[in-house]
Amino acid sequence: MARYLLKRILMLIPLMVGITLITFSVVHLAPGEPVEMQMAMNPKVGKEARERLRKYYGLDKPLHEQYFTWVGKLARLDLGRSFSTDNRPVKDKITERLPITLSLNIIALVLEFGLAIPIGILAATHRDTWLDKGITVFVFVGFAVPTFWLALLLMYLFGVKLNWLPISGLHTLGSDGYGVMRYIVDMARHLCMPILVASFGSLAGLSRYMRSSMLNVIGQDYITTARAKGLSERVVIYKHALRNALLPLITQAGLAIPGLIGGSVIFETIYSIPGMGQLFYQAVMSRDYPVVMGIVIIGALLTLIGNLVADVCYALADPRIREGRGAQ
Amino acid sequence: MIGHHSFFRAVFWPRLAHNRFAVAGAIVVALMLAAALLAPLIVRFGPYELNAWAVLEPPSLKHWFGTDDLGRDVFSRIIYGARISLLVGFAAAGIGVLIGTILGLVAGFYGGWIDNILMRVVDIMFCFPTFFLILAVITFLRPSIWYIMIVIGLTGWMGVARLVRAETLSIREMDYIMAARCIGCSDRRIIFRHILPNAVSPALVAVTLGISGAILTESALSFLGIGVQPPTPSWGNILTSGKDYIEFAWWLSLFPGGAIFITVLSYNLLGEGIRDALDPRLNR
Repeated sequence: MARYLLKRILMLIPLMVGITLITFSVVHLAPGEPVEMQMAMNPKVGKEARERLRKYYGLDKPLHEQYFTWVGKLARLDLGRSFSTDNRPVKDKITERLPITLSLNIIALVLEFGLAIPIGILAATHRDTWLDKGITVFVFVGFAVPTFWLALLLMYLFGVKLNWLPISGLHTLGSDGYGVMRYIVDMARHLCMPILVASFGSLAGLSRYMRSSMLNVIGQDYITTARAKGLSERVVIYKHALRNALLPLITQAGLAIPGLIGGSVIFETIYSIPGMGQLFYQAVMSRDYPVVMGIVIIGALLTLIGNLVADVCYALADPRIREGRGAQ
Repeated sequence: MIGHHSFFRAVFWPRLAHNRFAVAGAIVVALMLAAALLAPLIVRFGPYELNAWAVLEPPSLKHWFGTDDLGRDVFSRIIYGARISLLVGFAAAGIGVLIGTILGLVAGFYGGWIDNILMRVVDIMFCFPTFFLILAVITFLRPSIWYIMIVIGLTGWMGVARLVRAETLSIREMDYIMAARCIGCSDRRIIFRHILPNAVSPALVAVTLGISGAILTESALSFLGIGVQPPTPSWGNILTSGKDYIEFAWWLSLFPGGAIFITVLSYNLLGEGIRDALDPRLNR
């Protein structure tokens, strides 16, 4: 296990180098120097900010030198300072918003798996029945619904028409004076729609994946054996098949992370949730480059970490990988 | 093994025509294309035609999908928006699949360090939340539909590259490739004349599914105000005003979103149909 872990962590190094290279080239391959663009798009930024950008990226130095100084700064978690009027370090701006986005996404991920696994099992065990067909239709609809449209429709239905749920923010104005219970209920009501929208994005794909994974396992010999020795269908499905069918889903959890993080831009903007996605959107709109680049890097690192955790969990669950015998 | 031409005539088309969902998808796709091309003949009002006396009118016989906050006909804007959305969808998917196919062929055919490097680039690109990367790049450029097509294409080739590489790896070992080598074919000829036609099926599916993905991304970008810029109509930016007037004008949200939904659904159904029709495991 230790060897596997070490190998897996060493593999992160080239990926990390690649991520910084691509991010660096995004800043530099854009036509015109970023400083010039910055001035053209946002006249509010003064000469002083321009100098600061020049200094942070070292734009007057040769390209390779620029890259190494920048990576050096990244390693010390120095992401530069924001262009906005508050002029704060990008690191602080991101870290104060990251917890909201992370917890929302984790809740959404749990909800997604909590729904997709039973849906997938149902579809697989009732293969080619009306239930399975109904689920297939749901999956296709889920693939095609734009999340921001779903967000608007929910907002109209529950927020405007029925007036059941608040349509923006995390708290009601003046909720600071509430008791603990009321405060939590208030926040939960605000989060209902955003979490639903966030988890809907990949629910369809995940259900479908679970279905095919389950069908794949059910077709294997050991399941036929289990059935042949007279075990009840319940035991066969939930004790023998389910465990193996769940394994590939661990990898899927890792793969779902970039989509979730990217999607946070959309639902946080629509529902005015003060998370990293909203910060990113505001930074994009005001051409606040240091914040934009900082969030892109953080987003990629979160994905790397998510994939690492998923792989380690997989190895823990599957002895074939743990002991280096190779899977499948 | 049957030849390429007869496979399409004898197996692929009958199978595709037998799949009701795929046919329905194809019909909607065709109708949508026709509507986009013939837009001026279909609409009664111009997409830019302002009318101060008909602001935010609900759907009626005159304005089928109602009017927006400037009194423009929403039906007309959706039909003209189809031009933009479909154009971006086709171009972006085309760019993505082209890059993915070429890199996949090269990686699979040459193997070794070339393969290793290309596949690591794929891994790295998969680490970025794509939507972040697209937004970041657009920030440095100016929002225009040309940049949007290119950027969506540049961030959407990795899946195709993996599929085509896998296909190429297995084809490379076949006898007819060895035969081609023996008679002195160049690498380029082997790759493009002998491997490509047989590795093309994942690319065909990827184009269809890529179009729907690109339409979704473009509409999300336009919805956020970073994609197609008003007054040019796109399904995404009509929805932006839908959000602003959500309390008064449901039609501004329902119809453009519905257009995206139906289009994406049709391309997905068609794409899945093509995949099933090409699947050799389903051979009867």
